[in-house]
This record gives sequence, C-alpha cells and structure tokens, in this order.
Amino acid sequence: MSTDLTVQLIILLPLIGAALLGILPLFAHGLRSYKGLLGVFGTLMVAIPFGLAVTLFAQGVDTAPVTSVYTWMGVGDFSIDIAYRIDQLSLIMTLVVTGVGALIHVYATGYMAEDRSFWKFFAYLNLFIFMMLNLVLADNLLLMFLGWEGVGLCSYLLIGFWYEERKNSAAASKAFIVNRVGDFCFLIAMFILVREVGGLDFDRILSGAQLMSEGTIAMVVFLLFLGATGKSAQIPLFVWLPDAMAGPTPVSALIHAATMVTSGLYLLARLSPLVLMTPEVMTVIAVVGALTAIVAATIALTQRDIKRVLAYSTVSQLGYMFMAAGVGAFFVAIFHVITHAFFKACLFLGSGSVIHGMHHVEHDLRHKGYDGDFDAQDMHCMGGLKQYMPVTRWTYLLATLAIAGIPLTAGFFSKDEILFKAFEYGYDGHGYAWLVWGIGLITALLTAFYMTRSYMLTFEGAPRWPMKEDVHPHESPRSMTLPLIILAGLSMVGGAIGFPKVAEKIGLSNWIHDYLVGHGDHSGPVAEPEVHAHVSVAAEIVLILLGAFIAVAGVWWAWRFFARYELGGDQLIRDRFGALYRWWQSSYYWDRFYERTIVRPVIGGAHKAFAPFDQYVVDGLVNAAARVSMAFSWLFGRLQTGVVQNYALAILLGSVLMIALFLI
Amino acid sequence: MEPGNLLNAVIFLPLVGAILMLAAPSDRSVRWFALLVTLGTFLLSIPLWFGFDVASAANLQFRGMEFPLISKSLDIRYLVGIDGFSLLLVLLTTFLGPIVVLCSWAYIKESTKGYYVLLLILQTGMTGVFCAFDVLLFYIFFELTLIPMYFLIGIWGGERRIYAAIKFVIYTMVGSLLMLVAILYLGYAAGNAVNDGVFTTNYFKLLSFNVPLGMQTWLFVLFAFAFAIKVPVFPFHTWLPDAHVQAPTGGSVILAGVLLKMGTYGLIRFCLPFFPSASVAHTLLIGILAVIGIVYGALVSRAQTDAKKLVAYSSVSHLGFVVLGIFALTLESIQGAMIQMINHGISTGALFLIVGMLYERRHTRLMSDYGGIARSVPILTFFMVLTALASAGLPGLNGFVGEFLILVGAFGSEAPGMPALTIIATTGVILAAVYLLWMLSRMFFGPLTVEANRNMPDLNRRELVILVPMALLMIVMGLMPQPFLKVSEPAATRLIEVIEEKRAYAEIDDPGLQRTFEMKRRAVQSTPSSSDPTTYQP
Repeated sequence: MSTDLTVQLIILLPLIGAALLGILPLFAHGLRSYKGLLGVFGTLMVAIPFGLAVTLFAQGVDTAPVTSVYTWMGVGDFSIDIAYRIDQLSLIMTLVVTGVGALIHVYATGYMAEDRSFWKFFAYLNLFIFMMLNLVLADNLLLMFLGWEGVGLCSYLLIGFWYEERKNSAAASKAFIVNRVGDFCFLIAMFILVREVGGLDFDRILSGAQLMSEGTIAMVVFLLFLGATGKSAQIPLFVWLPDAMAGPTPVSALIHAATMVTSGLYLLARLSPLVLMTPEVMTVIAVVGALTAIVAATIALTQRDIKRVLAYSTVSQLGYMFMAAGVGAFFVAIFHVITHAFFKACLFLGSGSVIHGMHHVEHDLRHKGYDGDFDAQDMHCMGGLKQYMPVTRWTYLLATLAIAGIPLTAGFFSKDEILFKAFEYGYDGHGYAWLVWGIGLITALLTAFYMTRSYMLTFEGAPRWPMKEDVHPHESPRSMTLPLIILAGLSMVGGAIGFPKVAEKIGLSNWIHDYLVGHGDHSGPVAEPEVHAHVSVAAEIVLILLGAFIAVAGVWWAWRFFARYELGGDQLIRDRFGALYRWWQSSYYWDRFYERTIVRPVIGGAHKAFAPFDQYVVDGLVNAAARVSMAFSWLFGRLQTGVVQNYALAILLGSVLMIALFLI
Repeated sequence: MEPGNLLNAVIFLPLVGAILMLAAPSDRSVRWFALLVTLGTFLLSIPLWFGFDVASAANLQFRGMEFPLISKSLDIRYLVGIDGFSLLLVLLTTFLGPIVVLCSWAYIKESTKGYYVLLLILQTGMTGVFCAFDVLLFYIFFELTLIPMYFLIGIWGGERRIYAAIKFVIYTMVGSLLMLVAILYLGYAAGNAVNDGVFTTNYFKLLSFNVPLGMQTWLFVLFAFAFAIKVPVFPFHTWLPDAHVQAPTGGSVILAGVLLKMGTYGLIRFCLPFFPSASVAHTLLIGILAVIGIVYGALVSRAQTDAKKLVAYSSVSHLGFVVLGIFALTLESIQGAMIQMINHGISTGALFLIVGMLYERRHTRLMSDYGGIARSVPILTFFMVLTALASAGLPGLNGFVGEFLILVGAFGSEAPGMPALTIIATTGVILAAVYLLWMLSRMFFGPLTVEANRNMPDLNRRELVILVPMALLMIVMGLMPQPFLKVSEPAATRLIEVIEEKRAYAEIDDPGLQRTFEMKRRAVQSTPSSSDPTTYQP
C-alpha cells in the first residue's frame, strides 16, 4: 500500500467512525442498544490506524513524504493545503495517539457499558482521535490549528458528556474558553508568520526563519508558547484541567493525560529549530515549566479526590516536559510525553476502575438504606481496596512507581534525562537551567510522595466506607483490566527507548534521541542545541544515583508515613504546614483571582455597562433624534394653518427679507 | 435559455409568482405555491454557478437585455449581470428562498397570502440589488426591499412590531436618501466628465470617472453612511436587535442572511472603487468602528436574556469582521469578507431558524424558560451546537475560513493601525465562544429546569429539510472553501488594482500629466479586454 493511501486511511477511518457512530444512532434509536457492536466498531476505527501506523514505522522514514490532499484555502499567493507529513516525530506521536487511544477505547467498552449515550461517547472519542491525528500529522500550522481546536471541541463535548449536571457543563465551557485564550495567541503568531514568511508550511516557516528579526522570532515563539500553556495546562492557563475531570474517566486518561494536553510540547518540538533561536523565550518556557511542576505538585499533595490528584499530577508532569523544552531537550520532552502517556493513562484508568467499584459500593449502600454522605471519588472513603481489586491495585502500584521514578521504570529514564539535560545546560553556561534543575529535584521528591499517598489511601489500610462488612467493591471486567495490564507493562519497560548516555558503555543506545534528532547528525525533525561543556561520566552517574535516591526515598517515606497514620497523615501534614497547606489546597486561589479580576469585570461590565449603554445611550440618541425631527414636523405642521392670509404674509415677509439681503 | 434572460428569470420569477399569487384563493395552500416558486428560482439559479466563467469573474456575465429607464435622454438603464462579487450573494439569496418559506410553513397562520406575496417581492428586490449594474437601478432594488420587510415585521411580528418596523424603515431610509443625493450628484459629474454631458448612472461609466478628491470625501460619507446603517456598523446598529426580535423567523433569516449583506456589498461594489482615496483616508476610522462593533457586539450579546436578541447582537459582532476585512484593503481580507458574508448568512440564518423552532414550540424566547432541553430535543441540540460552533469560528466549519482570511489579511495590511486593530478584533474569537457557549449551556445543558420542556417534540421532517442543507453547507464551506473563494478572487484582484490605479492617478496634481496618465491607462485597458464592453473602461 502506498504511503499516501496509508496516511489517508489513518486519518479518515476515525472520521468515518465518528460520523457513523454519531449520526446513525441519533436518528435510528434502535441502533443505540447494540453496544457491543458500536464499541467494537469504534475501537476498530482506532486500532486499524494503529496497525497502519505500525507498518509505516516498520518501513522506516528516510525522507519526510508529504501527502497533499487538496488546497484548503488559497487567496493570491497565500495558500494552505490539507497536507500531512510523515516523519519520525509525527509518526511516533501517531503511534502513541492511536495505540493508547485504542487501549482506552477497549477500556471504555467496559466502563461506559451502562451509559445510555454509549454511542455518543464512542462518536466523540473517534472524533477526538481524528482531530488529534490532524494535529500531529499536519504539514502546516493552520491544519494543525484545526486539530488543535478540534481536540478542544472534543474535550468540551466530553467534559460536558453528563451535561445534566450543571457543574459538568460549566467545566466544559471553562475548558473551551480558557483554551480559546491560548488559541488567540496561536492565531496572532500565525498572523505574524504569514506576514513575515508568506505561508504556514513548516518547511517554509523553518527556512524563512533567517529572514525574520530576532525580536519577531521571539514574539512568535512566545505567542505559540502561550497557546501551548492553554492546551497543555501550564501557568497561567492551567486552571481548566482540574475541572475537566468532570468528564468520564476514559476521557481524562485519553485527552487530559495521554494525548491532547501534550500537544503544546509537540508544537514546540515541531518548531524546535525556531525555538532554539530565541534563548530569552526558552528561559521563560523552562521557568514556567518548573514553576508549574512544583505548584501543581504541592496542590496534588492536598487533594482528596483521586482524579484531582492525578489531574494536578498531570499538570506537574507537563511542567517537566516544558522544562525539557526550555533547556533545548525537545526529544526528551517527547520521550516524557510517551512514558507519561503509559503510566498516566494507566493511573487514570486505574482510578476509573476504582471509581467504577466505588459506584457499586454506593449503589449497594443506597440499596441498603444508607443516606449519609458518600463520594465515590473521595480517597477518604476508600482504603483497603487491594483485597477486592487486585489487578487494579497492582497496575496502579506499578504506574505509581513509574511516575515516582523508581529505577528502571519508564518514568525513571525520562524524568532523569530531563533533570540531566537541565543540569548539563546549566553547566554549559545557562544559569537559569540550574534553577530549573533544582526545582525539578524537589518536585521529584514531592511526586514520589503524593503519588504514594494516593496509592496508600486508596488500596492499603482498612476500608473506610460505611457498612464495610456487608458492602464491598468488585474487580472490574476484563475489558477494563486488560488495558490496565498492558499499560502497566509499558510503564515498566517503556524507558528502554531512551537509555542515558552512560549506558552506551554497556552497549545500550538512546534510541529516541537517534530517532528524533538523528544519530550523530541532525537529520531528524527535532533540533537540539550545541553543547560545549559536557558533563563528565562520573558526574552523570552521580546525578542518576541522586535521582534514584530521591525517588526511592520519597516512596519509602510516604509508604511508612501513610501505613502508620493512614488518614491521620493528611491531618499531620496540614498541621505541619498551616497556612501554606490551605494555600495549596485552594490551588493558590488561582481560580478566585481570575474570577475577581477577569470573569466578573467582563461579565459584569457586559450586564451593567455595555448593555445599558447600548439601550440608553446609543439607542437613546437614535430615539432622541427621531423625537427632535417629530417636534420639528409638529412645529412646521402648525405653520400650515390653511389660512391664505397667513401664507400671503409669509411670502411678503420673505420677499422683503430677500430684497433686504440683496441690497445690503 | 439565453444567459442574460436566465438571470432575469432568476430575478423576476419570484415577482411573477407574487403577482400570480394575488389571484389565488386566500388560504394556506398558497404556501405550496410559494415553495414551488422559490424552489424553481433556486433551481434556475444553479446554472448561474455552473455557467459562470471563473477565469473572467472580474467581468460582467449573464448580461441580458438592456433598456433605458425613465427617459431616453438620461443614461439610466436597466442593466443587470453578475460578476464574482455578485454570484455567491445571488445564490445565497435563492438558496435561502425555499428555506424561508419552509420555516414560515406552520408559523404563519394569518393573512398567509399577503405574507408570501411580500416574501416573493422581497426576494426579487434582494436578487436585483446584487445584479444591478446601474446605480439608480441598484437604488430602486435597494428601496424595493424596504417595503415588504416593513410589512413583514409590522404585521407578522412580535409585541413591539410597529415600533421596530418603523424604526427599521426610517433609519434605513435616512441613509439611503442621502445616498440618493450622492448618486444624483455623481451622475451629473460623471456625465460631464465621461459621458458627453449626459447624466449617467451606468456603473462602468461611473467607475471610469475619477471623482475629484474634494468631492470624494463628501460622496464617500453619504454612500458609506447609508451602507453603514444597513450593515450595521457601530453605532448605527440599534435598529437591528429591535427588528430581529420583532420580525417573524422568516424575516429574521432574510434580514441576517441577505439584507445586511446589501450594506457590505455596497461598500465593496461602490464605496471602494468610486471613492478610493476617500476610502483609504477613512480606513482607520471605519476600522476602529468595526473593531468596536466586534467587541461591543459580543459583550452586549453576552448580557442578553432573550435568545433572539443574543443572536442579533452576535450579528453586529460578525459583521464587524466583514467591515474590517473590506477596509483593510488586502486581497486576503476582501476575499475573507466576501466568504464571511456567505458564512454569516448561513450560520446566523441557521441560529435564527433554530431559535424560531424553539419559539414555535414554547412561545418564548427567554433563555431562562429553557435549560437542559438537550434531553428532550437531542436532534435540535445537535444542529444548534454545530451552528453555534460554526458561528464561533471553529476551524473545519465555515465561519473560521472567513474570519481567518480577514484577520490574516488585515494584519498584513499597510493601512495605519491595522495590526493593532486586528489583535483587538481577534479577541472577538474568545468572546464569541463566551456568549455562544453560555447560551448553549444555559438553554440546552444542565438539568431540565422547566417541566413544560420535558415533552417538547424534536425536529420534524420539514425542519430537518431546512437544517440539513444548512449544516452540510457549514461543513463543506469549512473544509472546501476553495470553489467559493475562487469565484470572487478575480473580482477582488481587479478591485484592488482599480483602487491602486485611481489613487496613483489622484496623486498627480498637474492636469497635463493626468491627461497623459489617462491616455496610457486607456491604452493598457483596451488591449486585453477590448471586446468586452463591460470591463472597466469608458
């Protein structure tokens, strides 16, 4: 099969899936109950593209073939094609999107089995995959933007999937609008690029970069980065992601952990040669990433809702990826995107399995007449689940070890590489990278701690829900546990694609580096900076040991702590940190700040200033003008007395006046 | 059929239908006749699309019979045809014809005959506006649309219909009367300069006339004022929400879909090429008004409680983009403005249609009377979400293409202040999401708050027939706008050339030099298209 056809099939199948799943059951109600069929069909529409992507991968990519389908819009010399590019970077992203996507589809057939809008869910998921593939395969920024906003749309639809709850629909709108703020910056960046280089094809942008002034490049990269902070949930636009957990859990795993939120990194990696030309903005990217990482980690420490812990953890991990991009290690950022997709998808799906189980507990409790408070997502209501849900427990534990960075897990390799690159960049004379490295280390400790906390509170200790003797959860069905097992396995071994440099001594190479950047040369699509002062092997080994120690220490500490105190542990931390803890718990009052400084003034202004202004001033003037003219017409109407003598008098006076004017 | 007569048939078939309908018995069966006429007109207009020669889209095509109007001693003629700017707007008008009839199908219960007669007359007026290549003829069609609309609002409208109808007519009339003065002046001046002293309103003769700089400003202001009211440009927009809210659904669809476009079309067709120097001199002012309209319209939209009013104010915001595109004077931005006119006609038309469908069910337009109705009317919700997204400029749907081209063109424009204005205008993208998602969230999502909505029937077959073609167009024009863009590109290119050329001419102060320039220009003009009498040449 030709590459063109393969690429088109990869893109089109999910779209066909979305269209059929979305439109047929909307009109034909009978179809809706064939859930098995719908689920299998939806999954295949993602699994087949995965298979096709694997064949492309197996063929290998020498050049970067561009599949141009047709001209999307063109005016004069300006032209944008619907064109897809297969290179190492887009291919590896395609594999992640369709691979993890297919697993999550399988999972969703179990998780959503009892939902009445099952068909709609799969239609949205397929649409999401289609948009995400457009995002990663696009050959120009505008088509990428189509995918970019398209995944935002799917995110909106899926966060608000259970729209009957007011808060879900509000969270959906919030996600879309906050993302639009980022997209606004993305748009302006595109306007500048069109003006400077006359087009938006990636080749054109990168080759036209020489023509742009440094200031312009910095502006473009900065704006694109701001766009990325929306989609990839970084400071200052991360506020939508925790609320996005209102969506069904497979959505959180697929969209809000594994794929969509990493698009910002993909964007930076795609334009990495451009980013490298502007060290100032790289500094900003790295520092913002580092701050986001630590801020989100501290918030994660204080959350009770299992999904919110994972949400903030995602924000924090994305921060790591931006750190990597900010020190020029774009390939490491993508490496972490991949390993994170494995372990975070596993964690989210695990939490979904837990919630699935706790919903049954809630159901049974209500059945037995319990009418007290119960929240199926609150870890304070869980505990001791390991005896009821062994598969979920083991996979969750393995993924926790991976995200904590326990040696030889996937997270260990990718996170360590980020810290190493930051260190090296600092050593090479970029002072800010030291700061980033330091924050990264502290965050690593926090990560190990809060993730172990979430594991301990959920699975270890004694059950904490009411009537625990009579009521308990069950392990989830095979369709849900199988993806968990696969993802947990990948979380263990996925690091093998990026061994650190010291491993070269024992014959292990950094495959992901060689694949994306090029082996020994820069033939790959991802750029990397010139490093002049290399860190010695001994120092590298010390750094790796330090990273390993921090991870082990964090896990061990949290394990001991929560094994001993269980829920009391949270209380102890709260007492220890006091006001700081409250600050963390309230997400640094970030939402409240936006609410007070932006949302309320704008909406309030619209209601209290603009609308009345329109009604009373703008329209008031129009009506006043109408009244004035009516007054005049009344006045002139009064002159039409119908008495001929009056008219004669007026004519006479007029004539006298005119004669007088002429004479004078 | 001869090409020109085909166009005349498209213009006048509705009018003929209206006259025949007068003889019909006055019962509701006339709606079938109206449907037949509008569908027939639409079918007749399809060959315009296929017979149109895109390569020479800057020239007049489908030019039919021509005859003097009023008096033989004046050069005022019946002269119709279409070029790249006209074609899409004519097709939009004929496309919306049957849709408007269908959306009035059940709603119009009283004086049905009168309603459809007016609707058909209106369609002839609107089509004529986009085809007239004599300025006075344009004016006649322009005014011809006023009267039917006045009655449509005034008779079949809501509670405050009389107020809204009178406001609509007087406001528009004030502008267009001033334009008439300008047309008369222009006719005499051009007659003296290029038509051997004979008063002329022939479009091409006026086009070949270089209006003296001193007069350009005044004439420009008179023309632009009339069109600015029609568009409407901030601050002349307040007739719009009243007219929209009070008009029956069919009236709103026509208003948003076609009538407003007469303003933006007029700006492109007359203001820019007739008065290029004055247009360029006013870009900043109009750009500012357009951008105010974008942001202000969006914010006021967010503050509404009435769904129809929200959509009406969103029109102010969307048309701001079009005006910005027109006055940014780049090929991209004018092309964007052109396609955005069509896009707006479809997506805002669809928004009004859907709000109207809800009104027919529940007899209220207040958003608070809805809430969570996605559960009871899922198919209607599907179309509403799609339309709202198109309206909010989601890439892949039609609205994005226009907005993006306008903004990217305006950003690259050399006119003063344009980049800054573009950036402010782009915030409209965020604000559009704010008010549209808010409306969706309030009316369609959340818990079902009003018990009466629980058993609301979903779309019936007639309503599907209305919305499916609209939805398909949104998707097709979003993903494949190229065939539509291509149609107007030569016309837009020519427009920009004309503006440049005339401005270059105006910069030469010495009359002697002007004469040589004139001669050179004629020589250049006459070579490629001398056989075509309708191109830009005296």
